[in-house]
Amino acid sequence: MRRVVVTGAGTVNPLGADVAATMAALAAGAGAIAPVTLRDADRLTIRVAAQVAWDEGRFTRDQAARWDRATQFCMVAAGQAMAQAAVIFDPARAGAIIGTAAGGHATIEENYRAVFAEGRNRVPPLTVPRLMASASPSHLSLAYGLQGPCFAVSSACASSNHAIGLAMQMIRAGAADLMLAGGAEAMVTFGGIKAWEGLRVLSPTTCRPFAATRDGLVLGEGAAVFVLEDADHAAARGAPVLAEVAGFGMTADAGDLLSPTVDGPARAMRAALRDAGLTPADIGYVNAHGTGTRMNDQTEAQAIRSVFSDPPPVSSTKGAHGHLIGAAGAVEALACLMALDGTLPPTINHDAADPAIGLDVIPNVARRADITACLSNAFAFGGLNAVLAFRRGTGAARPRG
Amino acid sequence: MNVGGQVIDILARQLMRDPATLTPDDRLDDLGADSMALVETIFAIEEAFDVQVPFNANAPEAGFDLSTVGAIIAGVEALVRARAA
Repeated sequence: MRRVVVTGAGTVNPLGADVAATMAALAAGAGAIAPVTLRDADRLTIRVAAQVAWDEGRFTRDQAARWDRATQFCMVAAGQAMAQAAVIFDPARAGAIIGTAAGGHATIEENYRAVFAEGRNRVPPLTVPRLMASASPSHLSLAYGLQGPCFAVSSACASSNHAIGLAMQMIRAGAADLMLAGGAEAMVTFGGIKAWEGLRVLSPTTCRPFAATRDGLVLGEGAAVFVLEDADHAAARGAPVLAEVAGFGMTADAGDLLSPTVDGPARAMRAALRDAGLTPADIGYVNAHGTGTRMNDQTEAQAIRSVFSDPPPVSSTKGAHGHLIGAAGAVEALACLMALDGTLPPTINHDAADPAIGLDVIPNVARRADITACLSNAFAFGGLNAVLAFRRGTGAARPRG
Repeated sequence: MNVGGQVIDILARQLMRDPATLTPDDRLDDLGADSMALVETIFAIEEAFDVQVPFNANAPEAGFDLSTVGAIIAGVEALVRARAA
């Protein structure tokens, strides 16, 4: 069976404008949740979010006209990943799968505001290609000449893990040799926060995953994109390997629209382990979905305890970068790369342990650890679960002799 | 209709009950209200009375008493009084 490795990574997220800054912030236990700066913020009930410091001025007029904020994040992240991978590839054997929950949400909102609230009768000509959920993979295809499988996947908060998992399967199955995979999301907008307010699950203060004091999730935005490559393809060119995408498990609860089950997430973790040929004892770290809601954190902890008789350290990095919704799993894959490299990222804002959790959540302070494999959880409304298993890379991959 | 009657109508619609069968002592748990029904009930109350109900699904015991029909009516009456004041 073909194996799939990560040979490039890039990101733009509330913690930093690249991978190094993001990992440094995670290692330092820093957080990016802050008072929200948006037009009409005074009409919001919830006024905290994790926003990306962003200057659209860096884009050409053409790019700015074509790229929604989410696509902008994606293109910058992918640029970093491709620069790192420095790979020459067969365009017909390369593609892109990008996860997003809301697609070009900011574009939809701006244009609705223009036509409904401001009475304008015209919108810019590129409104449709900006707002389409598949805008990001489309522009990746155009920018890098990717002529193989290119599409978006959407499973709310699990979108990125589904995207990375599918891209891995695509390479493993021989449908491609190289895939750009990850997620992009930009729904920290006035309407985006309003919609989330309605569900009554947002924290008015900050995100405190697994803490007894947790009172909800905090929205974030950004993107992370990875270059996934057939391991032999990478080895043949002596490419440095950041990690192996070793396994993927996806399940659905078929239970409740909003309330998670224990069984669905647990089955997804077991499926990812099985797919990777790993046992629970091989796993040295779990990056939890850990949204900071009362219900998720408790059922997820229970699911982890049901899969692992002796659970490894677990953390949620959402207290640091917020919940990036469709981009969550992609940014959290960076936390996994960091863990495989020897630093377990902490669960920050952990001010009081919750006895119902019963896990080592790496409270507040990063930890050195020598691990060889880890899991990354993503669970979505709708009961859609996607878990990735990563294995440590071998540094510079060597051609097989 | 008074506040109590309107609240009972809202609850009856959310819980698919005959309003005549609801009494102040009925517990919402016993009536089969899940978290989504509570959130939808609060939304309906806010729309009907133009009030803001302090409720976070992550801290349901804080802010607003949703335990019984009577408690909800009393809470809404207080919010309506506060709005008028």
